[in-house]
Amino acid sequence: MLAHLRRSVVLIVICTVFFGFVYAFVGTGVAQVLFKHQADGSVGANGSTLIGQNWSSPKYFHGRPDDIGPYAGVGDNPLVANGKSGESAATNLGPRSKVLLANTEALLKYWHKLGVTPTPDLVTTSGSGYDPNITPLDATVQIPMVSKATGIAPSVLKSLIARETNGAQLGFLGSPYITVLQLNEALARLR
Amino acid sequence: MGFALTIIVLILALGLSWRFLGSYMAAVFDDRVHFLGWAERPIYKALGTSPDREQSWQRYGGSLVIFSAVTLGLTYLLFRIQGSLPLNPQHLGAVPPALSFNTAVSFLTNTNWQNYGGESTMSYFSQMGALTVQQFVSAAVGIAVAIALVRGFSRRKSPTIGNFWVDLTRCVLYILVPVAFVAGIIFVGQGAVETLAGPISVSNHLNGVTQTIPRGPIGFMEPIKQLGTNGGGFLDQNGATPFENPTGLTNLLSIFLVLIIPFSLTYTFGKMVGSIKHGVALLAAMVLIFGCWVTFTSYAEHQNNPSVAAAGVHSTVGNTEGKEVRVGDTSTALYGVASTQTSTGSADASYDSFTPMGGFGLLTGMMLGEVTPGGVGTGLYTILLDAIIAVFIGGLMIGRTPEYLGKKIQAREVKLAGLGVLVMPIIVLVFTAIAVSIHAGRAGPLNSGPHGFTEILYALTSQANNNGSAFGGLTGNTPFYNIVGGLDMLLGRFAIMIPVLALAGGLAAKNVVPASLGTFRTDNTMFVGLVIGVILIIGGLTFFPAISLGPIAEQLAHGKFF
Repeated sequence: MLAHLRRSVVLIVICTVFFGFVYAFVGTGVAQVLFKHQADGSVGANGSTLIGQNWSSPKYFHGRPDDIGPYAGVGDNPLVANGKSGESAATNLGPRSKVLLANTEALLKYWHKLGVTPTPDLVTTSGSGYDPNITPLDATVQIPMVSKATGIAPSVLKSLIARETNGAQLGFLGSPYITVLQLNEALARLR
Repeated sequence: MGFALTIIVLILALGLSWRFLGSYMAAVFDDRVHFLGWAERPIYKALGTSPDREQSWQRYGGSLVIFSAVTLGLTYLLFRIQGSLPLNPQHLGAVPPALSFNTAVSFLTNTNWQNYGGESTMSYFSQMGALTVQQFVSAAVGIAVAIALVRGFSRRKSPTIGNFWVDLTRCVLYILVPVAFVAGIIFVGQGAVETLAGPISVSNHLNGVTQTIPRGPIGFMEPIKQLGTNGGGFLDQNGATPFENPTGLTNLLSIFLVLIIPFSLTYTFGKMVGSIKHGVALLAAMVLIFGCWVTFTSYAEHQNNPSVAAAGVHSTVGNTEGKEVRVGDTSTALYGVASTQTSTGSADASYDSFTPMGGFGLLTGMMLGEVTPGGVGTGLYTILLDAIIAVFIGGLMIGRTPEYLGKKIQAREVKLAGLGVLVMPIIVLVFTAIAVSIHAGRAGPLNSGPHGFTEILYALTSQANNNGSAFGGLTGNTPFYNIVGGLDMLLGRFAIMIPVLALAGGLAAKNVVPASLGTFRTDNTMFVGLVIGVILIIGGLTFFPAISLGPIAEQLAHGKFF
């Protein structure tokens, strides 16, 4: 009994030092040397390409409604509450939820006011609460809105979307996607 | 098309690792691999033990229980004092007592149920020194118990079943750390974050947005979270966040890591008992059930979300609520099934927002006892309990004392196997009944109607099975759910492990009866069918009434919203 107790203490201390700290420190060292940009969060001049942002102006393409429309600034989704450290969060609304039904109707109205016929991605929220991506179709339906606000011809926006579309990874993993931040940075350069 | 290719690549990769990792693990536990001897020997010296000092099942179990109690205490202590410890760039204070208890139990039992938001509760010190450590150790404890049971079948008239300290050490050193480290490099290369520098502030002049983005040592926690079928992520939304699971490739790698050890252990089992065919029989039962559930769940998630459709938006890309664009509907369903039919519980979407039948697929995957393929080690020993019940039923049919791998299955074995199989359903149903009967329990769910009941049932099923996935709408960080959940997890872990070790000890002491013409075959299609029958019938009979009040009622409530 006492021998087991002593062994337990010794083993958990060894495990904590080596499989907790040494493992994580060596991992961090390797990551920082090999992939510094990714390990630091893929952060560029205007933010991280892996963290969605709130785009509310019609001059830019919008991401998923995690941070626009009815959800903007809701305490549940603090990443958009400017400056506060954010916690990832989903709505967790069930598939027969009255709240989800009402939210979807509100988002439909929001998009219709902007002259957009939204796709499913554009009226539903993501799992992380800051999905950085949309599909090419999600961007295409926003062309009338962006074109009207910026004066850029729809055909130019169409080719911009095509240029910014990333194919499915290795040709079969997931589906083609666009990173909203990169699309809008490219859009800003057009002006 | 993409999804079909995903499945083919996954099957090929798992097939190869089944053969090679399976035989490697057998070599590790038979003490035939020694390339890390330089690291191993000093540990045994510090522990005052050695591989040739074997233990009886009572001592093996005693070591396990005492070790678990000590780690539980230490983990609890670290959470309580994290405010005074280093590696805390966000200056997070102590974790409250009830939450510390729940979380310490949760990681000790390989559950990784999370009643907290990682990025706003746990310091880097706690994430590395308490959570990641437990992800290695609790996985190794599960595998050690499975190997002890396998030795019960492979040994003859042996008073011992191995040495707990040695099995644990070898499992972490030779299997978990190397695989996790290599996978960690891939995760970071794809975009997972790995830094000690604390959160970063960014501002975007294009839209005027200022963000504070939480970061941390995430990329190397990710692989052991999946490989050890733990499931507890660094961030609140787990694999749905791009910092944990940045691409389609990391999503597939996550699924692969979750499944690799539980499936491969059937080969290890076959190799150690000297009959690969017996391992293949168990593998076949696992794969058939798993395949049916993947098909069913991904079909369900490819349908419209009823609430979104009722608002007038119809989808050709399935249910998008709570899912990430880069992952997509069917791959999310595959991840969900892999996560709930092992004891992982990680999530790359909000499971709460799955369609009623998609949620049914996840919930019932756990209710089958997590044997297809189940958690690391726990899956193998639990399906061996089902196999013992299957040979018992087979024995009743042909009217003679049944044998499995030449060991007579007698009253003691059947009683222990029955106990091990029935513990989980009993605690799930009793605790759920308590939760829905009292105010503190009914205060938990976010959603109304049958979905609210499913949130409670899901939480207690997940914790009793040491899974850790959640219908996240449930407010679990209350004294009631923290304490009931903690008991649920402890019983679900140790009230099954101890009977399994008793079984291992009893079997190891028996001699082998030579096979004869009258022996009931346990390596053919008939037996696979019998094992599948046992798994489905036990799960169905115990849980059908409960799930008909939850997801089934929700599915049938056409046109109604709650």
